[in-house]
Amino acid sequence: MTLENFINIFDELELVNKGEELDREVTKPYCCDLLSIAMSKMPQGAAWVTVMANVNTLAVASLTDAACIILAEGCNFDEASLEKAKEKGITILRSHMPVFECALMIYKKLNG
Amino acid sequence: MNERITLKYDVHCDDFTRAGEASSSVKRKLKLMGVNPDVIRKVAIALYEGEINMVIHSYGGTIEVIISPSVIEMILRDTGPGIKDIELAMQAGYSTAPDNIRSLGFGAGMGLPNIKKYTDDLKIESEMGIGTTLRMLVYIPLEE
Ligand SMILES: Nc1ncnc2c1ncn2[C@@H]1O[C@H](COP(=O)(O)OP(=O)(O)O)[C@@H](O)[C@H]1O
Ligand SMILES: [Mg+2]
Repeated sequence: MTLENFINIFDELELVNKGEELDREVTKPYCCDLLSIAMSKMPQGAAWVTVMANVNTLAVASLTDAACIILAEGCNFDEASLEKAKEKGITILRSHMPVFECALMIYKKLNG
Repeated sequence: MNERITLKYDVHCDDFTRAGEASSSVKRKLKLMGVNPDVIRKVAIALYEGEINMVIHSYGGTIEVIISPSVIEMILRDTGPGIKDIELAMQAGYSTAPDNIRSLGFGAGMGLPNIKKYTDDLKIESEMGIGTTLRMLVYIPLEE
């Protein structure tokens, strides 16, 4: 599924920032809040579901070529981080769902 | 690509808004040069962990990245407290990072082990009260 499609398909996810490269492929959901693990294990093109909302999340997402960041549990970036996300062209969505349920929902849509 | 390219960056302590900039910049350049994606991934992981360690644990320093056709060399020099027991610091899970750093998603004690795992060679020199230097190599495999 392309990122463009991904953004449009979920009523449950609120679009926080529409980034660049919307024609890229979203491969699978990935969950982890510990940045060292995320950094080394994130699959290419991941929809990264996390509650870690700070500039370091953005750095890891861009270094690992994640397709987008999905903030779960109603978490939110602060203004400065949002500015940075816009500057870097990183797509961000958010949800009030818990991490697992959010990732499961994404998994079902990507695989069904 | 036959020539050597040297890139230099300054890293500032406690500046998380800029942490990862050196790694991102190197990654972008390697991508433009058409370097093997696995090599880029290894370099990005090792450099980011090293850069974050400088931000968290040192007073700041410099990163030098030398790109040549067969190898990428990364030298991270900082001034700072130094590492007392390098063998201990290399163990997965060992960390002296304070709680405020943990709440940012770091401090799991996996940085140095990750660097070791994703580089082909790692040398650490450290002097207490002076600083730490990491030299790491990632080889670029010959394209078939
Ligand atoms: N550049 C550095 N200067 C001083 N101490 C360092 C440096 N890098 C690492 N250390 C020490 O080694 C420990 C382990 O580092 P690391 O594996 O990256 O874990 P973490 O950064 O999560 O604590 C750190 O907690 C710190 O005590
Ligand atoms: Mg570390």
